[in-house]
Amino acid sequence: MGELNMNAKQYCTFYLDNNFLGIAVTDVQEVLKYQHMTSVPLSTEVVRGLINLRGQIVTALDLRKVMGLETLSDRLPMNIVVRGDDGPLSLLVDEIGDVVEVETDLFEDPPETLEISFRHLIRGVYKLEGKLMLVLDLERAVFSLVDA
Amino acid sequence: MSVNSPSDDQLPEEVAEFLVESYENLDRLDQDLVTLESDPRNKETLSSIFRTIHTIKGTCGFLGFDKLESVAHVGENLLSKLRDGVLLINPEITNSLLSTVDAVREMLAAIESSNSEGDGDYSALVAQLAHLTNSTANTESSEPTSEKEPNLPANEPVQIGESSFVFAKKPIATTSPEVAITDTEVQPTAIVNLAVAPEVAPATNGAESSEKEKSPSSLSDANIRVDVGLLDKLMNLVGELVLARNQILQYTTSYSDSSFVAASQRLNLITSELQEGVMKTRMQPIGNVWSKFPRVVRDLSLSVGKQIQIEFEGRETELDRTIIESIKDPLTHLVRNSVDHGIESPEGRIAAGKPKDGRLILRAYHEGGHVNIEIADDGSGINPEKIKASALKKGLYRQDQLDKMSERELVNLIFSPGFSTAEKITNVSGRGVGMDVVKTNIEKIGGTIDIQSTPGEGTTFKIKIPLTLAIIPALVVAAGGQRYAIPQVSLVELVRLEKSQAKIDLDSVYGAPVCRLRGNLLPLVNLCELMGIESPRADDDAVNIVVLQADERQFGLVVDNVIDTEEIVVKPLGKQVKSVDVYAGATIMGDGKVALILDVMGIAQRSSVISEIRDRKMSDLAHNKHDSSAVERQTLLLLGVGDNYRVAVPLSSVDRLEEFPLDLLEWAGDNQVVQYRDSIMPLLWLSSSIGVSSASDPDNTTVQVVVHSGHGRRVGVVVDSILDIVNVAMNLEKCSTKNQVLGSIVINDRVTDVVNIDEIVGSALVNYIDSSNFALAGLGN
Repeated sequence: MGELNMNAKQYCTFYLDNNFLGIAVTDVQEVLKYQHMTSVPLSTEVVRGLINLRGQIVTALDLRKVMGLETLSDRLPMNIVVRGDDGPLSLLVDEIGDVVEVETDLFEDPPETLEISFRHLIRGVYKLEGKLMLVLDLERAVFSLVDA
Repeated sequence: MSVNSPSDDQLPEEVAEFLVESYENLDRLDQDLVTLESDPRNKETLSSIFRTIHTIKGTCGFLGFDKLESVAHVGENLLSKLRDGVLLINPEITNSLLSTVDAVREMLAAIESSNSEGDGDYSALVAQLAHLTNSTANTESSEPTSEKEPNLPANEPVQIGESSFVFAKKPIATTSPEVAITDTEVQPTAIVNLAVAPEVAPATNGAESSEKEKSPSSLSDANIRVDVGLLDKLMNLVGELVLARNQILQYTTSYSDSSFVAASQRLNLITSELQEGVMKTRMQPIGNVWSKFPRVVRDLSLSVGKQIQIEFEGRETELDRTIIESIKDPLTHLVRNSVDHGIESPEGRIAAGKPKDGRLILRAYHEGGHVNIEIADDGSGINPEKIKASALKKGLYRQDQLDKMSERELVNLIFSPGFSTAEKITNVSGRGVGMDVVKTNIEKIGGTIDIQSTPGEGTTFKIKIPLTLAIIPALVVAAGGQRYAIPQVSLVELVRLEKSQAKIDLDSVYGAPVCRLRGNLLPLVNLCELMGIESPRADDDAVNIVVLQADERQFGLVVDNVIDTEEIVVKPLGKQVKSVDVYAGATIMGDGKVALILDVMGIAQRSSVISEIRDRKMSDLAHNKHDSSAVERQTLLLLGVGDNYRVAVPLSSVDRLEEFPLDLLEWAGDNQVVQYRDSIMPLLWLSSSIGVSSASDPDNTTVQVVVHSGHGRRVGVVVDSILDIVNVAMNLEKCSTKNQVLGSIVINDRVTDVVNIDEIVGSALVNYIDSSNFALAGLGN
């Protein structure tokens, strides 16, 4: 994906705790409301469960856990289904935002002060009007995640 | 086959077709050539080879593959000399013909990948073929051929002489392939089932038509080629349909509309039939995999200086395509292994009093929803002592561990990683990788592998694999509020213990939970505990145990609930969860939710049921553990005699427990007897033997009998009731002076006398024979 997505103009945005994040729309297959999940005991805690996506079994990852946050407990998460080499993968997020269009010159590297565990999962920041959008590094945050 | 899809527009359609057909023909050619070598007079085979090469030559000339054509052409020239009886087949010729096949295959591969013949240089091969064709044009003498044979077995020249006679005798018949099939002397050991080999129609010269008829049989018009990708897609769709059907069938239970129910029943039937049909389209005879083995065995046995005959049984046995693909490598490995290690050198075989030629038999057959594949050789077998020594040397096991293993377990050690008994490493095998990979690969497709070996007589590998992988019957259970599917192949039985029974039958051996099941201890694994999930089950609920088979061992999986059996479609798991060894995949249930499929082997390993080499039985383990505390444990059979009297006998002294209707009891002399297993078994009332009054209910129409063997015969000991089987520490106290009583012990809060049944029977038998010796003459034993 690399460069191409770095320059993507359109991002699918979502909320995680108080953070406003984005994934390039080209990586997103679809966005779904909460789906029933079958939990997978003995797998890593990041794996929240398996969902039935029109006959295909898709692993749902708790993005909060990936980012080192507490699991959302008071309401049901939403699904962002992304395309991986290995098939689709669902990311559980607090809430889905709009698809936003950004100018590439608004991009900046993540601030050094960002907590290190969080920072290496972020590609950078788009300075949008009124708020900042963090670009999630799908490769590092999600696809390289293999159950140890 | 190798051409992936019809939409592959890299190759013109006629070239793709040519490739597919040629690959098939070449596979047959390999076999044919090897057959021909062992049976040089087989004109039918020779004609078939000739036709195959001729077809390839004709077609590639038409398609403009010149290099390929030139190689095929010289090959054909050589073959025509052979066919006409001008030349005789010998290993050298066979080798060059096989090289020709390889060269053709190479070029075909190049055509497939780049649509050109590649830049391989085959001039040497062409020259050699031309040389062979021209240099030895002599029918009468077999000398020129034999002088070039490097490792010709001693008996070959004789055969060649014979065959030359045959070929010379019927030169006219052999020139015409169509009429050549007159030789009815089909050898019983013929490697290739010639009836199956499709023939190429005589009119191959033209080759201009794209509809080259492959088979002269009337079946040819009824067959079409179908792309495998399409079949796979159909299979997936059928899988989805099965799931949708399951969903609809669930609704039928809550709807009473009769036309809806009828329609869904029809849907059910049609889906099952469709599933079966589509499954069949993916079935292939195992002979497709085996067809390359004659060549493998020939090449390999030549290189290691052995003589081996390969035979096939059940080559038409069908298997799912995916399974065929995945057993190809393991089978090849096993065949190579048998050739290299299993079968001895000709000298060794003669010394051992066996025929010089080794035999390798591949056998396949269906058995109860499974396919069994056996690879049997008549070689030297596996020496368990050698295995022991090797395992010790490699530090895989300790001496005391090895001493406890049975011969069978020792032999199966060759599947351990890093194990090899080969004294010298050849380029074939002996590197210590392989057998464990074979086992892993077979287990990956849900199969098992087992070895039976008799030193000096041979080794048989037995592989058992499921027919298909895509849709399997499974048992659905619940644990921790979620459903799990267990493949039925591993299922042995279901046991449900009600609260009261559970108290009696469930126990623990040093904290490890076990269940008493018909006198044996079954290790238990609690699924919820294993998964680290909370079980909603209350302590006094009934216990559901799913008895499973993993490897040779059985264990009980405790689940919250057993739901139903269902056909499930196996779906793969994502890589994030794939590495969890207790899951074999996932499936979608009738209600659309996902359920995980349990991997029985994985569960057994995770819960240490099969993690280490142990004594065969858990009860043995119990024995050993208690040896240290000097109290022996024994399994006792609890019996009720008289009103309030309990006795126990060691289970080891009990043959069987039987129940006979009273009207089967007969008299022999003064004794009551019963006909049992074609002989007369005397009956003995335990109550009278130990001097207690019997409390049998007069309304009883049957007697409970404990069958005991001893003193050379079977005796039935009649008791009032059979109560239980218990495993207890033998803290015997001598409270009685009766010599039939070994001692007393408290079992389940009751004082119980442990009696010596052998002693009782022995003394009673003396009376029996005394009193009825005249009646017994010629009877009994």
